[in-house]
Amino acid sequence: MKTLFNSGHTACAGCGQSMAARLVIDAAGPNTIICNNTGCLEVFSTKYPETSWGVPFLHSLFENCAATASGVESALKYLGKAETVNVIAQAGDGGTADIGLQALSGMLERGHNILYVCYDNEAYMNTGIQRSGLTPFDSNTTTSPIGPKSTGNIRPKKPMPEIVNAHGIPYVATASCAFPLDIQRKVKKAMSIKGPKYIQIHVPCPLGWRHESSLTVSVAKLAVETGLYPLIEYENGVLAAKRQITLKPVEEYLKVQGRFKHLLKNPDELKKIQGIADSNINKYGLKVSVATA
Amino acid sequence: MRELLEGSMAVAKIVQLCKPGVVSAYPITPQTHIVEELAQIVADGHLDAQFVNVESEHSAASVVLGASAAGVRSYTATSSQGLLLMAEVVFNIAGMRLPVVMTTAVRSISAPINIWNDHQDAVSLRDAGWIQLHAEDIQEAVDLHLIAYKLAENKSIMLPVMVCMDGFLLTHGMETVNIPTQEEVDKFLPPYKAPYKLDVENPMTLGPLVDPESYMEARYALNETHKEALEFIPKLAADFSKAFGRTYNGLIEGYQLKDAERVIVAMGSTCGTIKEVVDELRKKGKKVGLLKVTCLRPFPANAIYEALKSIPKVAVVDRALSVGSFAPLLADIKAAFFGKAKRPKTISSFILGLGGRDITKDSIKEIFRLMVVKERQGEFIDLKPELLKDNYEDTL
Amino acid sequence: MFGPLTCKSGSSRKNKTGPWRTESRPKFLKKNCIACNMCLLACPEACISGQGKNNYDFDPDYCKGCGICARLCPKQDIEMIKEECQ
Repeated sequence: MKTLFNSGHTACAGCGQSMAARLVIDAAGPNTIICNNTGCLEVFSTKYPETSWGVPFLHSLFENCAATASGVESALKYLGKAETVNVIAQAGDGGTADIGLQALSGMLERGHNILYVCYDNEAYMNTGIQRSGLTPFDSNTTTSPIGPKSTGNIRPKKPMPEIVNAHGIPYVATASCAFPLDIQRKVKKAMSIKGPKYIQIHVPCPLGWRHESSLTVSVAKLAVETGLYPLIEYENGVLAAKRQITLKPVEEYLKVQGRFKHLLKNPDELKKIQGIADSNINKYGLKVSVATA
Repeated sequence: MRELLEGSMAVAKIVQLCKPGVVSAYPITPQTHIVEELAQIVADGHLDAQFVNVESEHSAASVVLGASAAGVRSYTATSSQGLLLMAEVVFNIAGMRLPVVMTTAVRSISAPINIWNDHQDAVSLRDAGWIQLHAEDIQEAVDLHLIAYKLAENKSIMLPVMVCMDGFLLTHGMETVNIPTQEEVDKFLPPYKAPYKLDVENPMTLGPLVDPESYMEARYALNETHKEALEFIPKLAADFSKAFGRTYNGLIEGYQLKDAERVIVAMGSTCGTIKEVVDELRKKGKKVGLLKVTCLRPFPANAIYEALKSIPKVAVVDRALSVGSFAPLLADIKAAFFGKAKRPKTISSFILGLGGRDITKDSIKEIFRLMVVKERQGEFIDLKPELLKDNYEDTL
Repeated sequence: MFGPLTCKSGSSRKNKTGPWRTESRPKFLKKNCIACNMCLLACPEACISGQGKNNYDFDPDYCKGCGICARLCPKQDIEMIKEECQ
């Protein structure tokens, strides 16, 4: 099939990020330049001399795609091509919320016409599943491992959509591998808006989350349906849309992943995680109807 | 046109005439006047460029990387801590063979924090792969920027160029300089045509992952291109002389070397002071001279060898340290002579002017005096021993 | 002098990832397919193509055998079968 993200990349079988990356660029179209941080996506899609990308693609460093994208967008403005060529800056969760936060904030503050896509697989996966600022609470990673003195990551996810939204940009959205067409709809919508845009996509990692490769979409769906990954859209600072969910208890989501296995016999921790889900549901007003057995 | 200008203004003017499409910088003393003046030039409509105010030097370098990758001539400037903060981007730009030109207002490095001039910042990044040029005075700083763009954008070179000018001494000093006209600049420097770039008409990937099977060749090519630049720079300098009437070699400049018995080797504005001392001592019949090193990278080992091989006593002035080892310029100079049949009897090493410690004519005369007795090893000039104690408590 | 620097657009297609499969491969039954397009959209390898009912199939040169398509198909019209030595 014709695509701007070609086969032959070396992602793991079932990789959510490769699925999402293709959906994003195919929705954005050929008149797009991508600036990508170091991470799984860049490593498995651009190993010399092979590249999967059918659009111009720039990889510089781990934390600066928002800044290099700002440079590309400025160059396009200078060349008079800013109306016809789009710029997308892409990074993982670590490259966005941690090491890349400064460059992202600067790009947002300067108001560049760039779509920033964060592929959120909830850890530094490319370097071996280390904990990041977007790693969920109680997640077992190599730098927040479980043991007699630990139930995993001790912090909740950094609220990136809200942090980005606080910069006053026109469009912020979360999306998920659970709903491929929704990813493309949001990308197309973002590209039609002038100014900085941010889309954070939940992309399951079969290796890092320890689930079967065939379950990528199912696991992503459970994250949404338990309220642990709300799908929302902010437009001009205001919550404009959200995906209504049929509420499932968090155990449904946690039990299919090895990274949360240790919680199933720990009712105290389960309660905390259910608390996070409940707080999301209240905060965003995700209308709930309890799933029938 | 001859004008009395502050160094920063002169550099801003020549950069304006080079017509970059994207300018991005983060303020740091003593570079600030350059970027402020460029911002004003853009605001006044005298330069059609995107002026991007970034949130750190790392992003300033990243913005010009992106712009250059998109095929647009770009410019940034920094100093000291800013240069170190953008260090990984600096290496990145060279490895990606992008013709960015950057001004470094050369300044000392923290700690201790000190905003005054020495060469530590630029010298610390000499391994990055950029061509590194040092200006003696403001006129040379102006001319080197114009040469830098033409050098960087040459299809066979495609290397970023750092033009170094001593912080405060040259950035904030005043000098009567010749600023070329726009027509003269346009004739010397054609518009940038990128051999590879981000273009939807011809998509390619820049900055791929290169594994052990191919990485070494990329680095070999970078190193070889520096050797090619050694051949090209004097030719380019000769073209510049023809066009503008000011003569540069581009790599080195010999001053009163012909029958010299004692020669000092130095970089940057100190060379101006040394030239004055050489003139004074020559009037008294002393056979002294100066070898100015303009191009630190690529290191013109051959040119230096030819210039100094018959000089009995040489002293190298370093305004930076390679802490724990031989001073950086001294090490390169000594390496140029090792194993050669003809070489100076002694090559002494002197350190001076760190953190803006003033270098006076007396300091230079002291060097000419000390270098005769024996070969000096990393000797500091104008050091204040009263500030040095063996125990921390005694410093209080 | 220049060394390895840029990659040609789409050159990854030279890398056939089909040999990655060890356990299973999809079989498109082409009986109850409603052309919902979900398998094509979701395949991480972009190796499923098709248009119209019962007209979708996968490219064994690139399929890594992840099994997402079989799980996703709302009509259970894709089965994962054992990968045989060819």
